[in-house]
Amino acid sequence: MKEIAIVGYQQSDCVSDAGALNEVELIIPVLGRIFEQVGITNAQDVDFVCSGSCDYLQGAAFAFVLGVDALGAVPPIKESHVEMDAAWALYESILKIRMGHADSALIYGFGKSSPGELPIVLSQQLDPYYLAPQWVDTISLAAMQARMMLDQGLITERDMAEVVARSRRNAINNPHAQLKGDVTADDILAEETYLSPLRRSDCCPVSDGASAVVICTVEKAKAWGKPYAVISGIDHIIESHNPGMRDLTDSVSTRKAAANAGMGDGKVDVAELYAPFSHQELILSRALGLSEDTTINPSGGVLAGNLMMASGLSRIGEVFNRIVAGDAERGVAHTTSGPCLQHNLVAVLDKGEVA
Amino acid sequence: MSEENEVITGIEVPIFLKYNFTAGASPTRFLARVKEGVLTGQRCPKCKQVYVPPRGACAGCGVPTEEEVELADKGTVQSFTIVSIPIPGNPIEPPFVVANLVPDGANISFIHLMSECDNADVHIGQRVQAVWKPEEEWDYAMDNIKYFKPIDEPDVPIEKIGKLPVTGLEG
Repeated sequence: MKEIAIVGYQQSDCVSDAGALNEVELIIPVLGRIFEQVGITNAQDVDFVCSGSCDYLQGAAFAFVLGVDALGAVPPIKESHVEMDAAWALYESILKIRMGHADSALIYGFGKSSPGELPIVLSQQLDPYYLAPQWVDTISLAAMQARMMLDQGLITERDMAEVVARSRRNAINNPHAQLKGDVTADDILAEETYLSPLRRSDCCPVSDGASAVVICTVEKAKAWGKPYAVISGIDHIIESHNPGMRDLTDSVSTRKAAANAGMGDGKVDVAELYAPFSHQELILSRALGLSEDTTINPSGGVLAGNLMMASGLSRIGEVFNRIVAGDAERGVAHTTSGPCLQHNLVAVLDKGEVA
Repeated sequence: MSEENEVITGIEVPIFLKYNFTAGASPTRFLARVKEGVLTGQRCPKCKQVYVPPRGACAGCGVPTEEEVELADKGTVQSFTIVSIPIPGNPIEPPFVVANLVPDGANISFIHLMSECDNADVHIGQRVQAVWKPEEEWDYAMDNIKYFKPIDEPDVPIEKIGKLPVTGLEG
């Protein structure tokens, strides 16, 4: 089987409101930077392009089609799209390469969540007969999940506050982060509750922006002469859409996906976990069995800025960054989708050979 | 399932989502000029094609289009259709002409209505000009132009459609 490498990652700043910018205007600066990083001109220089976005976020039908204007698609290119986080676009691209239909792929995700009321918009991803008509928003569902954790004594509010404080501090070194600062758990605990038991700081912010990754076969990465990380395993598993049928205090799908991706085959230096709520990071790190030897969310994670449909891809990109910077030899990137960690993807990244 | 149960074939679940939609930075500039009665396009720095209405990028080259150019309100019919059936929600009574029009100075067509013409005479290469609403009704909208009407200028040869300077065929 062909080994697949990541050779580039770029992300825009996470901003609370990108103003008038449309999807093309959000994407194009990020693509310009990744083309420069990889040393290519445009999408003509890769074999496949796949994007992730969701038209519900900004309320514009077929926005992803207009996003193609950012690519340079004349003459026509091979292009695909997922109405999901672009981490799943990366998954599709890996399949494309493994099937021998491509040697390289550009993956990008973008989200402009500011035009709508995101927690309400996301209620429309729920089961359409029983849950969506009740307008159950994502924060309420997460709050119920956190309540179960607290009542069962699995976590404390201080544990949650520690997650937030670490995110804020780590984000100081992330130029694209939206929320950052030298704060302590006590500062967080002093905040009033928002949707009990969650405080505002337990919830990721609403952000606008985009990110992009370029992957290719290891042979191609060597030919391009770029530093790379190898995607040694990837899997994704989805749980029932009925939250009542799941153990919300655990993430069985994350654990299984990690096992299938081969996470247990070596040590994990770094983990980037897509936890939109502080207590979910605790669920995820326990499901993955992470120890203190693993640095969790050195970027600050999505509590520092959450680009819907791009943050999952960015988790993979952030692990790539740590590996090519020499801070880590092996890392795990996690992506989630759906309410209360319903659908989870885990990718394992390893250091590439030194060129 | 008991046979007495009525088969449910649908439920009503109305969805209301409120958005503060924005047109995009480039379309915003375009619409601001349309409100002043001026059509503008944006030129690609690589292939030099002029897009109207601009969206901020050259779809061919994948690069930002920043140079803004004024266009004429005269143009050429690139293609057209005669709509003979009523379109739901459209107040215009059929038959009417919908045309792909390239304004002088641009390379890409946009779609608008044609009127003040005999539908049977409409043809590719025909020269047209915008008929604007009264100035006091101008808004951030393409229907500041009511429609395009034929003008007394020679037809544009097929190979020159979409390639005219802002001064037109003679220019």
